[in-house]
Amino acid sequence: MRVPLSWLREYVDLPAGETGRDVAERLVRAGLEVETVEQIGGDLKGPLVVGEVLSIEELTGFKKPIRHCWVNVGEANGTGDPQEIVCGATNFAVGDKVVVVLPGAVLPGPFPIAARQTYGHTSAGMICSARELGMGDDHDGIIVLPPEYEPGTDAIELLQLVDEVLDIAVTPDRGYCLSMRGVAREAAAAYGLPLADPALLDVPPANSFGYLVKVNDPAGCDRFVARTVVGIDPAAKSPIWLQRRLQKAGIRPISLAVDITNYVMLEVGQPLHAYDKQRVDGPITVRRAEPGESLTTLDGVKRTLSAEDLLICDNSGPIGLAGVMGGASTEILDPAAGPGTTEVIIEAAHFDPVAIARGAKRHKLPSEASKRFERGVDPEAARAAAQRAVDLLVLIAGGTAEAGVTDIAAPHPVRTITIAADLPDRVAGTGYGRETVTRRLQEIGCSVSGADVLEVTPPTWRPDLTDPYDLAEEVIRLEGYDNVPARMPTVPPGKGLTEAQRTHRRVGVALAGAGFVEVNNYPFVGEASFDALGLEPDDRRRRTVTLVNPLNDEEPGLRTTLLPGLLGALRRNIGRGNTDLAIFETGTVFLPKDELSVAPRPAVDRRPSAEELAALDAALPHQPRRVAVALAGERLPSGWWGKGSAAGWADAIEAARAVARAAGVELDVRRGQLLPWHPGRCAELVVAGTDRVVGHAGELHPRAVKALGLPERTAAMELDLDLLSADGAVRVDGPPVSGFPVATQDVALIVDAAVPAAEVEAALRAGAGELLEAIRLFDVFTGEQVGEGRKSLAYALRFRAADRTLTADEASAAREAAVAEAVARTGAVLRGA
Amino acid sequence: MSAPNKSYDPVEVEALKPEVVEAARDEALAAFAAATSLDELKQAKVAHTGDRSALSLANREIGALPPHAKAAAGKLIGQARGAVNQALAKRQGELEAERDARVLVEEAVDVTLPYDRTPRGARHPLTTLAERIEDTFVAMGYQVAEGPEVEAEWLNFDALNLGPDHPARSMQDTFFVRAPDGSADSGVVLRTQTSPVQARTLLDRKPPVYVVCPGRVYRTDELDATHTPVFRQVEGLAVDEGITFADLKGTIEQLVSTLIGDGLELRWRPSYFPFTEPSAEIDLQCFVCRGESVGNPDRPCRTCGSEGWIELGGCGVVNPRVLVACGVDPDRYSGFAFGLGLERILMNRHNVADMRDMVEGDVRFTLPFGMEI
Ligand SMILES: [Zn+2]
Repeated sequence: MRVPLSWLREYVDLPAGETGRDVAERLVRAGLEVETVEQIGGDLKGPLVVGEVLSIEELTGFKKPIRHCWVNVGEANGTGDPQEIVCGATNFAVGDKVVVVLPGAVLPGPFPIAARQTYGHTSAGMICSARELGMGDDHDGIIVLPPEYEPGTDAIELLQLVDEVLDIAVTPDRGYCLSMRGVAREAAAAYGLPLADPALLDVPPANSFGYLVKVNDPAGCDRFVARTVVGIDPAAKSPIWLQRRLQKAGIRPISLAVDITNYVMLEVGQPLHAYDKQRVDGPITVRRAEPGESLTTLDGVKRTLSAEDLLICDNSGPIGLAGVMGGASTEILDPAAGPGTTEVIIEAAHFDPVAIARGAKRHKLPSEASKRFERGVDPEAARAAAQRAVDLLVLIAGGTAEAGVTDIAAPHPVRTITIAADLPDRVAGTGYGRETVTRRLQEIGCSVSGADVLEVTPPTWRPDLTDPYDLAEEVIRLEGYDNVPARMPTVPPGKGLTEAQRTHRRVGVALAGAGFVEVNNYPFVGEASFDALGLEPDDRRRRTVTLVNPLNDEEPGLRTTLLPGLLGALRRNIGRGNTDLAIFETGTVFLPKDELSVAPRPAVDRRPSAEELAALDAALPHQPRRVAVALAGERLPSGWWGKGSAAGWADAIEAARAVARAAGVELDVRRGQLLPWHPGRCAELVVAGTDRVVGHAGELHPRAVKALGLPERTAAMELDLDLLSADGAVRVDGPPVSGFPVATQDVALIVDAAVPAAEVEAALRAGAGELLEAIRLFDVFTGEQVGEGRKSLAYALRFRAADRTLTADEASAAREAAVAEAVARTGAVLRGA
Repeated sequence: MSAPNKSYDPVEVEALKPEVVEAARDEALAAFAAATSLDELKQAKVAHTGDRSALSLANREIGALPPHAKAAAGKLIGQARGAVNQALAKRQGELEAERDARVLVEEAVDVTLPYDRTPRGARHPLTTLAERIEDTFVAMGYQVAEGPEVEAEWLNFDALNLGPDHPARSMQDTFFVRAPDGSADSGVVLRTQTSPVQARTLLDRKPPVYVVCPGRVYRTDELDATHTPVFRQVEGLAVDEGITFADLKGTIEQLVSTLIGDGLELRWRPSYFPFTEPSAEIDLQCFVCRGESVGNPDRPCRTCGSEGWIELGGCGVVNPRVLVACGVDPDRYSGFAFGLGLERILMNRHNVADMRDMVEGDVRFTLPFGMEI
């Protein structure tokens, strides 16, 4: 809602020096969200006056039409002589009244005006267009004023060019503030000033000879006021003041009848509709649509109607989508295109908010009218609004108000709310007292009676006030939130973070500590994301949760793996010249359940049943938390100290180990096979001692690397954190630390190249028994000495006993047992044996 | 070594003759004096004080002497060894001093060579900001609660007093999940706020409930400098007997003091959220210009857009209807709730001009934030 300050002052006598910002500050504290305070014509400086065009000489020989004019500006130029002006516009004639800016003035921009030589003449000023005066961007043409203004009259005042406009974002509970009347009421309360209510008008009572209206759906339409005005001058135009107010409020002037309905809507908050009476065929009926009906709305779109649509009809069928938009067939006619409209029916009705909201949504037609009906319009304002429109048509368009007054009203129950007088005190945590509560409620238009328990009847324009808490809020708001004291609740002792929450933090810290940088990616994916990874057509990960209204039609799905987003971030970084990269992301993936279901919508007047709650959760996808890393470029940089090392599959696996360590879980690594990883360089990550695969790590498949435009040998890891910590936290027992000396023995084993080192190590551990303290693979060697298809693995074994110094024989025996087990399990041959 | 023998005459033992002992001593002193480096001195030390040095060998002979001769021989050897050790220590000191003065200087390296061999990592500032806020509340006794990002419409809207036709429902541009039949009526959405976690918490636990819920939320906004369709909120909820708006104010003031610092004014603006009543928007005085940019075009403030205030988030007293829908007795319990937008707090707390930097994952943006903020 755009509120011109000059207009607001018409209803509230605000202090003279009060600026738009001052008023905004007060309204903000009362709960109106004033988004901006626009200064209109702030940098404008006169002389800007009415001029009468005395002569026009068309100059030729230029690329565009140029006119050399003499204009009478009265005494405004100090001499009373005609002013010589060169002008590039052509939409005016000799005798027209125009707006002239004289040398020395400044137009909005700021754009200073001076006399100058142009096209071989002197131009001492300009004839102004609406755009040049900051009156809107609608047209470039010269403003032609009504003939009654005297040359030399100040046009700044006349055109109301200097003003301030408060732009207020009205929250859904304050529909009444979508009107000057409503905002003025808030301003009056904020300043403690009286309100001149524009809806307080003398309205003749309803009678039986008004335009015939039948309401067949009183639930959808509980009020319908119709008035008729005849004998309108179709050529009559909206006066400048009316046009200017509409413009400042952000509504484009169209024609007098339409401008008046819009003006009254802005003023009182009641949407109106004007029909060309001679185009309406018989009585008006309000009803729901019938199957197969259609309606061409004012915007020229033919709309197929749904049975829920609430319609205004005549004998010909639908002539309007009630409360949303009128129909083209009864539209006010433009006098420029033929005989204009001379008789109108003014409709001021009240419709069911839900019916209007659904209709506007169904037809994707959010209009100024529907916006107001959705949020609730004062049903008692209909008569006054219709009267105001009639008065303006009579006054401006020379029409005659017909005596008939139609007013169909379904009975409105009086809503009374019972509220304990101390409820606002208890909600706010402070003491207002009964008198303050009563006074504040009266200020917003409630009638209040009672003592400790108050009976409150809210005003008709506040349909949002339905329960005691609504009233408590009003009191607290008007008393000022700033005046509520601050205090701390007594919180019972807490237990801190859960194990899972601590684990998630540790994982992030561990990866960042290991040189990875965290990124957060959008979870949106499409087929192309999976194609790039090279996933098979039947890959389970292609089955996504899908959005009805995605941001990008190419990416309607939610991720089932973190890799597409993460690899995208990797590529983005590389594109920006960050070449040595190690990044990670943690977040949820969305895995559709095998059996899809629809979530129920239980009632809200009670707690849902256990079955209902289970059904809610059953309709949601699995949303496990994952962590993933991606690496490219150098993992350890080269430098003056020597060569670094390239990031590769082993770094990805090491990252998985870092994550597992942070989670307190031991990880086994097996050879794996899963796209998009390289089939020979993919590790399957398994929780030690179980068969639970929690993720994969390694180098990416060259095809995926190519498709994604990534550097060769890019490596990645993805792991399910929920699965990883599924066994819960393990409490570590402190190990006994032996003080006896260590006995170190090396052993080199030759095995088939295909034998995983992890199996050899496991065999050595098993064979060596309790004396083995640690084992470390310190060399892997292939070459002629070990034979084709074979590799040599060299281990350092550390033996130690808890209770004695080991003898050389004991250590050797343990080593031999270890080797024997490796020989037995993996076919290893002791090197040099 | 010989066994003790009463008839054994010390004078007959060559190594213990005074002139021999003194010669060995003098030889040692000369060798120490001749050493020109710590290495040479170490060799001389082994030669003249080691197990196989003349004085050590002589010392062993004492054990074989008859008791009456032991004292004199011991004294002789002891004096000699004392002199040797003293000379050694003196020379050691001299040579170390010389090394310190010369050799260590010669060993100097250029310590300004860049040594950045360990790759640097960092956590995303939105993650660590959420943790900082969590920690503030955990310190007050709150629990951290979490909920799903793909959420039932009922929990995201209905349970929060946003019925199907509520105008506020279209204010939040919602991503809808496609139903099994391909329609939009799945009853499932990408949550538009962290508030459904409130409802889940109340359905899950009995009051008193004090929780804080961080998480990602979704709205159908296009990405630009100040909007992102995927963003983060931290939601707080307290439900207990006698909770009031005053408790909410105190709690938010405490958070702001911890998170941003003291001395800045807070503005409580009445607002509207269906799930709270009364509802408020909390504005924090701009900590860059402290409001001095307002109406002062010569000193514009980028941080607050010369508004003087920065929006922190929304809050209010929990609407009793929400309590009812979650099975909590509104006559016995009341509560407050608040929701803060983390991106905006990060932008303001750390002078981030463009929200896109937070979502694009450029490592140059994230690295300076390190492990905690
Ligand atoms: Zn500022």
